[in-house]
Amino acid sequence: MAFAILQWPARRSSPGPYIVSGLIALFLFSFLVFPVFKVIQFAIYDSGHGGLSLVNFQDFFNNALLRQSFYNSVHVAFLAVLVASTFALPLAYFTTRFNFSGSVIIQTLSFLPLIMPPFIGAVAMKLLFGANGSVNLLLRDYFGITIPFMDGLNGVIFVQSIHYFPFILVNLSASLQNIDRSMEEAGQMLGSRGLRLFRRIVFPLAMPGYIAGASLVFVKVFDDLGTPLLLNVNTMLAPQAYLRISSIGTDDPMGYVISCILIAFSVFAMWVAFLGTRGKDYSTIQKGGGGLAKRDLRPHERILCYAVIILILGIVLAPHLGLLLLSLGSVWSFSVLPSGFTFAHYATALTSARVFIQNMLLYAGLAGVIDIVLGTVIAYLVMRTNVIGRKWIEHMAVSALAVPGVVVGIGYLRAFYDIELPVTGHPLATWWGIIVIALAIRRLPYAFRSCSAALRQVSPALEEASENLGASRLRTVGRIVAPLMTGGLIAGFITSFATAAVELSATIMLVSSQNDAPLSYGLYLFMQSAAGRGPGAALGVLAVIIVGLATYLSHRLVGRARQQRVHVQAAAEAIG
Amino acid sequence: MTDTPTTPVRIDICDLSLSFGATKVLKGLNLAIEPGELFAFLGPSGSGKSTLLRAIAGFGPMPKGKILLDGRNIVGDVPWRRNVGMVFQNYALWPHMTVARNVAFGLEERKVSTSATKSRVRSALELVGMGAYGERYPSQLSGGQQQRVALARTIVIEPAVLLLDEPLSNLDANLRVQMRQELLKLQRRLGITTIFVTHDQEEANTICDRIAVMANGVVQQTGRPEELYDHPANSFVAEFLGTANIIDGRVIQTASRRMVFEGGADFTVPLSNSETPGVARLVLRPQAMEFCDRDGVDCLSGRVVSAEFLGGMVRYLVRLSGIDLVVDERHIRGTARRSAGDDAYLKLDPGQAVLIRD
Repeated sequence: MAFAILQWPARRSSPGPYIVSGLIALFLFSFLVFPVFKVIQFAIYDSGHGGLSLVNFQDFFNNALLRQSFYNSVHVAFLAVLVASTFALPLAYFTTRFNFSGSVIIQTLSFLPLIMPPFIGAVAMKLLFGANGSVNLLLRDYFGITIPFMDGLNGVIFVQSIHYFPFILVNLSASLQNIDRSMEEAGQMLGSRGLRLFRRIVFPLAMPGYIAGASLVFVKVFDDLGTPLLLNVNTMLAPQAYLRISSIGTDDPMGYVISCILIAFSVFAMWVAFLGTRGKDYSTIQKGGGGLAKRDLRPHERILCYAVIILILGIVLAPHLGLLLLSLGSVWSFSVLPSGFTFAHYATALTSARVFIQNMLLYAGLAGVIDIVLGTVIAYLVMRTNVIGRKWIEHMAVSALAVPGVVVGIGYLRAFYDIELPVTGHPLATWWGIIVIALAIRRLPYAFRSCSAALRQVSPALEEASENLGASRLRTVGRIVAPLMTGGLIAGFITSFATAAVELSATIMLVSSQNDAPLSYGLYLFMQSAAGRGPGAALGVLAVIIVGLATYLSHRLVGRARQQRVHVQAAAEAIG
Repeated sequence: MTDTPTTPVRIDICDLSLSFGATKVLKGLNLAIEPGELFAFLGPSGSGKSTLLRAIAGFGPMPKGKILLDGRNIVGDVPWRRNVGMVFQNYALWPHMTVARNVAFGLEERKVSTSATKSRVRSALELVGMGAYGERYPSQLSGGQQQRVALARTIVIEPAVLLLDEPLSNLDANLRVQMRQELLKLQRRLGITTIFVTHDQEEANTICDRIAVMANGVVQQTGRPEELYDHPANSFVAEFLGTANIIDGRVIQTASRRMVFEGGADFTVPLSNSETPGVARLVLRPQAMEFCDRDGVDCLSGRVVSAEFLGGMVRYLVRLSGIDLVVDERHIRGTARRSAGDDAYLKLDPGQAVLIRD
């Protein structure tokens, strides 16, 4: 409805918007719909007898390894949600119920996933929490016990839940903060209190936020390729898809079957989130009202709160700390800390990995520009024109959310391997530009969100005022709309850039030569060997610094606190 | 739920003070609310009226002083044991529960049997005219309907006292007029002692038995609407209730030993001889003066500054020996209003003038 109000009154129809719409639809169809269609088509194609059938799915579930992988992926995703919830719930509770200075620390935690994707810290986590890692060495020496934090699937669960718990924290805190005090007071007035009041009123009202966060964590963990690969856990769906395609080849149907399962789970998780939040805008906060009543902490409670926060903070910062130690340590094996410190890894990283960094800046920069241009144009078409089919373009752009990176990679290989580039004659699928397009497609939903938020802030009345004073439509866009949108657009660009810079799951499929590989792929290569870990960690630290700086910049640009929260959330979701 | 009057409760507020940190919001209030009264807390925003209401319900910081319900002090009692029903300004209906579940909530907390709960919910909803809406969610209701449900949710527990926090402020103008009559009817039917917080004097005047006018955390005056209008205790009350001309001056004794109010060079109003000399202010309602002929007896001469046509009457601003006075004149069909700059002659009715000394 809001859109309808914003739409311009009927004007003389001009072909311009239709031409632009057509070009965008063609782009989205070619690089999103078509590859996904190819994946699904191949998964349900019976290569033995020809024709469509579900025989490939039957083969999938008859294969013990794949069945195990399926089970493991579901298991890991569920447990990661559970563990992440145990981190997030107390923190959300502390900030919304108590007047508590530690809230600042908790809010800072919600930024962490932005500045380091889980696969970067995974190897460092092994050195800290593995069977012979620092923590277990200490536990063995002092208590004679060890805890298998990082054994097999545990490691994936541990690393992922540390990384993704802020999604739950941010969403849950937001919905708790949006509950008006009177909701609770009405319950008290009618005779309810304590846990019973919490269970009947506060918890149900916060539930949509929790479901949104939890389903997001589920799907992120379920789709993730980099973390299990770097932890050497191959019996999960995404690594199996990658290994199948990269070792057997693009004609092996199992990779496509797995892709379909990944898409199905993504769609399922989004559907759950939709059901959990549909018609449940429980944001009840009123003008002049306040959020839930907060109380001061008693001294012993304060100590307890800080203890919990410091423990969680310690665990959450472990990957960062581990990565830093690894990048600076000369040798680190069977000891609590590295045996010596050196800057040599940074020198190695900067010389031998320069091409990776250059590629990263180029690819992520181009992807960011494409996203902002597409995002702005689509937002404008949807909100300010009456072009028929504009909603479909929006749906197409946003539907990239449901397509995991592995699937994009596999789909591109399938769809574009047979298409030759005009001059070189190489397959389109092996061209470095296809990586850029894959990155742009994957980040488009988030960039679109930034752009439409920026455009929504520009009231049509401002444009009408400009036209009323004699400026043409084009002049108005240039002098009024664009300047007003700039902050949001730059923030959107940086989000796309920062998250594309550390993308691995689609990239790893599409890199055909080391010279074309971006930083995330280089990191993955380095981390394969014991000797490469030091320089790999140094590269990781560089990536964290670049992404961290970019994130900081985008927050500075977006400015106002409320927008900041929305933006952080969008950006946080964009990591994959 | 029954709609036969229960034994109504008397409320006494004794020397009640309350602070938010260093800010004093209520400063030693005293009030007595009679059993079964519909009583208004009337005041501008920031006057402390909502804070006082919330203190009676048990919300907000702990006040100093006493709140007595039939002689029992409830200060310090937790909200869920007070049996004081409150209808929140925003209604505070829980969006995740149906209308019926919202209304049933308080009965469930009181462990009322399922069958009794069902029938009491039904009759409470019928009482407010929402019998057909039990299975709807609050988001599917209009503002007026939400308010009826909030009212049903509160009265179904048969509270000792009913508190209404700006209950009409979220409704549109027509509905507001209709709802206040319905509220009055319902209150009379239930016979429950009710406090109504509002910043709208018309709301308070039309339905409330008595009003406490509040400002700056202090009760300025308590009384029936007519008493407050006719005998304002101070200029705040005079101005907050209706329009008032307030003229600074003093009371003096003339040579002929009569008391008069002198407010500027040529502005004198005769007073009763019981008044004492000294600084004072005169309150003149716009209808306390009428236009007269140039050579009329006791007519003061002035000039029209502006004229606003209000339908039933014309409201003039008239400058009289340096003082601007608001004067209402009944509009008679076919007559044009006086123009700005016209000469005007005014006759004051001394019996309508009120002297205040604040």
